[in-house]
Amino acid sequence: MKKSLITLLAVGSVALVASAAPQSFDFKDPKGVNNAVFKLDAPLEAINGSANGVSGTVEFDAVKPAATKGKIVVASKSLTVGNSVMQDHMHGDGWLDVAKHPEISFAVKELKDAKTEGNVTTATAVGTFSLKGVEKEISIPVKLTYLKGKLADRSGGQMKGDLLVIRSTFAIKRADYNIKPGQAEDKVANDIELTLSIAGAAPQK
Amino acid sequence: MKRGIQILAAMLAVVVVSLWFAKGANTGWTKNRVQVKTIDPVTEIEQVEWQDKFLPGVDILGGGLAVAGVLIVGSLFIRKQTKQQEPQHS
Repeated sequence: MKKSLITLLAVGSVALVASAAPQSFDFKDPKGVNNAVFKLDAPLEAINGSANGVSGTVEFDAVKPAATKGKIVVASKSLTVGNSVMQDHMHGDGWLDVAKHPEISFAVKELKDAKTEGNVTTATAVGTFSLKGVEKEISIPVKLTYLKGKLADRSGGQMKGDLLVIRSTFAIKRADYNIKPGQAEDKVANDIELTLSIAGAAPQK
Repeated sequence: MKRGIQILAAMLAVVVVSLWFAKGANTGWTKNRVQVKTIDPVTEIEQVEWQDKFLPGVDILGGGLAVAGVLIVGSLFIRKQTKQQEPQHS
């Protein structure tokens, strides 16, 4: 009886450890659902746009969310606004210079103050934000929703696995990233609000 | 000529204002595409797509009205042409 109980406990522990292994979620989304929205509100002009060239991977463990690490990348040339002339200027060498700096990224080092309720984890992600060749360590609020077994729904039944949805809203200052600091602030606000809404897939092996 | 220019200016103003109103009275700058948002049913992420659509803004409205204004003001400097009386031969 004692032996079988010990065996049961050992098997149970192994199973627990195995299920607690971090999963790698791939955020590349050919359908373009994953997106980052940006807003600039200057006295003379409000600019609203979005980018859907999202990619990157995040290692996430539902049991240990604080150990989350990874990198999310947005292709600079995928940034879109409602006026094509404005978009050309935005992509040009005077502003984002997408030819020289094709990627905007956030590399997560750790999650602080992680709180998990059900399948939702809220935390502060600490990491390096990279824009136009300038890197800065920032902390941003994040909400991670772990959707176990939902990859099949998203892939029309072609793949089985899990999804991780990451949402975050935070602000940066373009002057901090050498984007025409101190210039044209009446038309292009210094403060940029970014909203990230992305889902990564971890296919079953 | 003067009257013609004034009529042209008035027509331009009417066309510009009508077009601006008909296209949604956009109080921002002119756009040639707009955001279309849909909700992904699985992840509940708000997907953002762009659709080509011309939306005249206050720049086109202001520019059109400014041109109409310049035409009106310019027309004021055109002297009214009077019919010249043929000289009478005695």
